[in-house]
Amino acid sequence: MGLLSKKDSKLILDPLADDNPITIQVLGICSALAITAELKASIVMAISVLFVLGIGNVVISLMRNIIPSKIRIIVQLVVVAALVIIVDLVLKAFAYELSKTLSVFVGLIITNCIIMGRFEAFALANSPWRSFLDGIGNAAGYGVILIIVGFFRELLGSGTLLGFPVLGNPIPGELSGLYALGYENNGFMLLSPMALIVVGIIIWIQRSRNKALIED
Amino acid sequence: MEKRTDKNSYTILFAIGMVIVVGSLLAFAASSLKPNIDENERLEKQQNILYAMGVNDNEGTSANFVSTDKAPKLFKKYIKKQLVIHGEKTAEDTLAYLIDVKKEKTLAKEAGYNRRLPLFVGEKEGKTFYIAPIRGKGLWDAIWGYVALDKDMVVQGAYFDHKGETPGLGANIKQRFFMDDFIGEHLLDASGNFKGITVAKGNADPKNNDKTDNEVDAIAGATITGDGVTAMIKSDLKLYVPYFNNLKNN
Repeated sequence: MGLLSKKDSKLILDPLADDNPITIQVLGICSALAITAELKASIVMAISVLFVLGIGNVVISLMRNIIPSKIRIIVQLVVVAALVIIVDLVLKAFAYELSKTLSVFVGLIITNCIIMGRFEAFALANSPWRSFLDGIGNAAGYGVILIIVGFFRELLGSGTLLGFPVLGNPIPGELSGLYALGYENNGFMLLSPMALIVVGIIIWIQRSRNKALIED
Repeated sequence: MEKRTDKNSYTILFAIGMVIVVGSLLAFAASSLKPNIDENERLEKQQNILYAMGVNDNEGTSANFVSTDKAPKLFKKYIKKQLVIHGEKTAEDTLAYLIDVKKEKTLAKEAGYNRRLPLFVGEKEGKTFYIAPIRGKGLWDAIWGYVALDKDMVVQGAYFDHKGETPGLGANIKQRFFMDDFIGEHLLDASGNFKGITVAKGNADPKNNDKTDNEVDAIAGATITGDGVTAMIKSDLKLYVPYFNNLKNN
């Protein structure tokens, strides 16, 4: 990347794989379980977190020298909450349909541990530009896992992707595609425990390919 | 040496300053965007009511409203009368669709309050639709909808929506495969008593061929949301029974 120095591009690329917030740091699991039953919801959540974490990291970084250390967690919380509410209001006013899809996630974004984690661990000690890259990187790393999990859960659980039936028609009497051959959706994929199992499988694959990640 | 930002006085001043800045920022954003948000909500109500009576842009398996710029015109065209049922009396009111069902429901819990019931009379291709709003509780938050009936209280169309049901599970009540199941279902039993429609698990009728069983097939993994739909249909549409009885007798 010519635009970014090697150190800066590491900020974006590391969280995508070797320092992934979900599979390595095991943060943000709660929202990953809750909203990945559908691919569309996963994508929307990924974009929302990208936005909030990118801007939030910059805001915290700009204020890093004036935030009193005794109440820094509260300050971080107020910044996330304010950002999320503003985003929600703007969407309600100008993209009403989208805001209705998002409504579930607003609360979840505030409680996402990745956001507080990056504020605390990175933005409080680094410049705004580096904090911005770190925020984007971590949100993207989170989003990638979310989308992978959402893909498998929607495909195997409902037989659809983004709402389109890709495996055929499962309605009894009008069977087509795979369903005509006797295939059935796995309803268990739609429940949260399966998200944890899918995340576990991703962690397994990742560690088996990258020996550096294996702990003794 | 103690840093300047560690002092108690600085901390308190910072906290006060932050509250004032963030508070006024949010208040400013909320009040300047409120007209837009209200307008969106108003158009959405019109779209919902039109959807229930079958005026929509449905394509394939997805549920689509008529576009927001056409909604007010179509609403005027198809909705012939907006009624407010208040006790024994029924009056016309062109703003009936703006009645806050949630507020009316809360007020109705107090003794002596006579709930105002909005009812929209629509006409399409010579058929008359009576569209009533319903509202209840799902698993996480409010659920609501509009049900279009004919004069015998047979469902002609339904629209459901929710505030925060689980995506992929309870949130599917606003999918066509669920909403369309209600079309043709009877609210009354064979002898004409109000029975409602139950969202039932394992009702041995997944294709929904039996329209007089007062049941539709439930969504797997969405039991509590489904029970909420059952409950709001039972409690809210029951209130309209006297109106339909009158309609039949006249």
